[in-house]
Amino acid sequence: MSVVLVDAGGTNIGSVRYALQRLGADAQLTSDAATIRAADKVILPGVGAAGPGMARLRELNLVEVIRNLTQPVLGVCLGMQLLCTHSEEGDTDCLGVVPAVVRRFDDMPGLRVPHMGWNRLVGCQPHALLAGLGDDDSAYFVHSYAVPTGDYSLATADFGGEFSAVVANHNFHGMQFHPERSAAVGAKLLKNFLSL
Amino acid sequence: MLSRRLIPCLDVRDGQVVKGVQFRDHVVMGEIVDLALRYRDEGADELVFYDITASPEGRSVDRGWVERVARVIDIPFCVAGGIRSVDEARAVLHAGADKISVNSPALERPALIDELAAAFGVQCVVVGIDSLRDADGEWHVRQYTGDPDKTQALSRRTLDWMIEAQQRGAGEIVLNCMGSDGVRKGYDLEQLSVARAVCHVPLVASGGAGRPEHFRDAFIEADVDGALAASVFHSGAIAIPELKQYLRAEGVAVRL
Repeated sequence: MSVVLVDAGGTNIGSVRYALQRLGADAQLTSDAATIRAADKVILPGVGAAGPGMARLRELNLVEVIRNLTQPVLGVCLGMQLLCTHSEEGDTDCLGVVPAVVRRFDDMPGLRVPHMGWNRLVGCQPHALLAGLGDDDSAYFVHSYAVPTGDYSLATADFGGEFSAVVANHNFHGMQFHPERSAAVGAKLLKNFLSL
Repeated sequence: MLSRRLIPCLDVRDGQVVKGVQFRDHVVMGEIVDLALRYRDEGADELVFYDITASPEGRSVDRGWVERVARVIDIPFCVAGGIRSVDEARAVLHAGADKISVNSPALERPALIDELAAAFGVQCVVVGIDSLRDADGEWHVRQYTGDPDKTQALSRRTLDWMIEAQQRGAGEIVLNCMGSDGVRKGYDLEQLSVARAVCHVPLVASGGAGRPEHFRDAFIEADVDGALAASVFHSGAIAIPELKQYLRAEGVAVRL
C-alpha cells in the first residue's frame, strides 16, 4: 500500500510521518500531482493558517488534484479545515470537499483560545474510521478555528460548545486534533484510516 | 471537556536531563529519550524540554535530540532553549517539536514573539516567564536563569510582561515561580491566581510541586490549564497514574 503526505508546508509533517512509521507505513512526502493521484491513501497534514496553506496548494497546482481524488484522503488539523468550503481565518476559500465553513472560537469568558490540550471525543458515529474507540478516549487538540457540527461530523468535542472533531464526506476525512500526538488513541485512528 | 495537563519538565544540559534546586547545583537525572518514553508510558499529557544552558551561552538548542524524541514519542512536546529567530524555531519545529518556548530571547527582543506567531501561528508559541518577588513586594522577571552567574533581575513587572506577551502573540504562558521552585512546598498559588486573572491563553504553573495536593490546588484554586513539574516525577516521588486517579477523584478533569 502506498501512502503519501502532501507537502503543504505544515510543520507537523515530520511528526505525522514518524507516527505512520511506528505503524509500519512508510509515507512518501510529495507535492507531485501524479504521485498523489496514484497513492492508495493521501494525507494532508497542516499546521499554520488557512490563507498560506491554500496559497501553497495553489502554487503547487494541487487544488484540483486533491478535489478530484477518489481514494481515502485524511486532513489533519489545518489539513481538515482546508477540506472545507471556506475558512473565516483570513477569509479564505478552501478545497470545498466537506460542506462546512470554518469559524473562530467565540470570545467567551473563561474560554482560553487556542483550544490546547486533551479533550474527549464524544458522539462517535459507527464508522470504520472510529472502530475500537471508547467512551473515555481523548485526543490532543491545538487550534483557534473549528468546524461546526453537521451531517459530516463523525465525532465531536466540547469547548465552549460542540464542534467537529472528526469529519467524513465521501472519501474525504478529517481530524481536527493531532492523531500523531494523541498516544494510543491517535495510533488507533491512523491505523483505522490506513485500513479504509 | 478539556483536561488539565500534567507536564513533566526535562531540563537538558549537554544532551542529558538534569535538575537543580532553585536553578542551581544540577544533578544528572537520565537520558532524554529514556525519560521521554517513560513519561509517555506513564500517561504524561505533554513534555517540555528546556535546554537550560543554551540561552546564557548565546547558542541555539541542539536539534539532534529533538528528532530522536519526535521519532519515538506520540504525545506533544515543546522545546525551549535560546531560540532567537524564526529560522531557528522552524528548524526545531521541523525536527518534530510541536511547540517552541521562548524566554530570555523574547526579553532581549520582544518582537520575536510577533515574528514567531506570524510565521507558525500562536498555537506554536509558548512564552516562558521566570518570576521572583522583590523587596518592593512586586513580582519581577528574571533573565538567563539557566546559569546562576548570568541571571539578571529585570525592572519589568511579571504581570506587565505577561500582558505584553499575549498581545504580541503568545499562545500559552508558562509561569515559573522561582521562589517556590525545587523546594516542593507547593505551587505559588497567590502569584498564579493573580496571573490567571490577566492570562487569557492557556496558563501553565511551574515551580514547587511536591505532593499530589499541590497539583489539585493549582488546578482548582489557581485555575491553571497545566501543571509542570520535574523532580517529583524524575525521582518517582509522585507517579503520574496515581496522581491522575487522585485528581479525578478530587473533581479535576484529567485524561486517564
